[in-house]
Amino acid sequence: MGENSENLIEIRALKYSRGHRAIFDGLNLTIRRGEITALMGPSGTGKTTLLRLITRQLIPQEGAIYVDGVDISTLNQTELYQMRQRFGMLFQNGALLTDLSVFENVAFPLREHTKLSNRLIRHIVLTKLHAVGLRGAADMLPAQLSGGMARRVALARAMVMDPEILIYDEPFVGLDPISLGVIVRLVRRLNDALGITSIVVSHDVEEISTVADRSFLLSDGKVAASGSPDELRTANSELVRQFMHGMADGPVAFHFQAPGYEEQLLGRDTE
Amino acid sequence: MKQTFTDLRNNFVEFLRTFGAFQLFFLRLLRYSPAILTTRMGLVIKQVHNAGAQSLVIIMVCGLFVGAVLALQAYSNMSKFNAEDWTGVAAAFALVKELGPVMTALLFAGRAGTALTSEIGLMKATDQLSAMEMMAVNPVRRVLVPRFLGGVIAMPFLAAIFSAIGMYGAHLIGVEVFQVDVGSFWQQIQLTVEISDVNEGIIKSVVFGVAASLIAVWEGYNTVPTAEGVGHATTRTVVITAITVLVFDFMITAAMI
Repeated sequence: MGENSENLIEIRALKYSRGHRAIFDGLNLTIRRGEITALMGPSGTGKTTLLRLITRQLIPQEGAIYVDGVDISTLNQTELYQMRQRFGMLFQNGALLTDLSVFENVAFPLREHTKLSNRLIRHIVLTKLHAVGLRGAADMLPAQLSGGMARRVALARAMVMDPEILIYDEPFVGLDPISLGVIVRLVRRLNDALGITSIVVSHDVEEISTVADRSFLLSDGKVAASGSPDELRTANSELVRQFMHGMADGPVAFHFQAPGYEEQLLGRDTE
Repeated sequence: MKQTFTDLRNNFVEFLRTFGAFQLFFLRLLRYSPAILTTRMGLVIKQVHNAGAQSLVIIMVCGLFVGAVLALQAYSNMSKFNAEDWTGVAAAFALVKELGPVMTALLFAGRAGTALTSEIGLMKATDQLSAMEMMAVNPVRRVLVPRFLGGVIAMPFLAAIFSAIGMYGAHLIGVEVFQVDVGSFWQQIQLTVEISDVNEGIIKSVVFGVAASLIAVWEGYNTVPTAEGVGHATTRTVVITAITVLVFDFMITAAMI
């Protein structure tokens, strides 16, 4: 496995359940080196769970995940941390350390993993903050930031160690149109300029389609469709069409399973 | 009946599992402690300051009043036997051997312990611990061990402050209010309270410091990552620490008599 150097991450026959509910049931997926890969799918399909499995924050019940040819389930803690230094991850809510300033949040990985001088750390951190437009917020605390600003600081922190793989969990949620445009362009620019591989989980079909090289649509624990954004947009599958065009009717029900509406309103379901 | 037996068995197995995990967690903290003490002392000092400063005012106020109450009780009873000079001795024994360490641990659990649990719990709920994991930083080492050590180091000092302020409270009541001779008050204490009594207090405060800090960080680290979960965890910290401290207090006292 992993002999193909084009493939950076390979997921094979992955099974993962939470309680009795199967999140993934034999998932196969390949993420190519140097590309921006989008993971899409209806709510509850396990996109964030998949990111956590790829970074071994969770362990699959069956199957394997290979990063650069290495089965990550075989790594001991030291090896796992060495591997994680190759990753940068942007969490959905930013996950900034609330007792540290914006500057110290971005400097955190550098202080933990390097012996760089304070002068050099300051230089690197200000450069990264400048890239996300928040150099002026360096002395602020996370509590003083808006949700969008916090996510941009988290992005600066995720890229401060110059990772090989950048993982974005819902990076576009809650951003104003200006920040959204900046972040979308930043995802593309970072990927191309630094030669990294990016994995983006997003519901925002329009935005993600402008930057992704390849997209995977997850449904029922498997890959329902994959291809370039254009290929997905023109796909014949009902599920893909429903998701890509945001239609209420289709294979994915909008309503959670419930008794009949009329019966419930009239109280007949309790009789 | 069969269902009750099954539930009891399941609860017992769950208790054993949790207790085993708790012990492993304690060993993990101990394993990382020497490295943190030698290489990241700054983090520990910050936490000693946090835990100590958070609890200091409450410790001092409570110490003063506990000492004063002890002197009141001691004086009212001793005076029946014309033994008012022994008021200070009664207060000193109670403070140094029992109330100093025990009350400090209980107050620590209510103030610093709950703060530790909720801080760690919220860090978990807001993915801060996961973010550290993703940055290849071990959160047990970076977050939990310094907080654990901070509590362990702060507790004996807080207990000493509690006892010292308590003795001042006893002095105020005994000497200033009831006019016990100041020389007799302190001389009786000096003659009666031995170093072994002080040592007992120190041993208790160290044990309680380990227990209170360990329970606080354990509950925080194992919080269900929701607002409700953090609330439950902080409550459990206070309740479990209080019970543990009182049980250990009995055991240590019984062992040292």
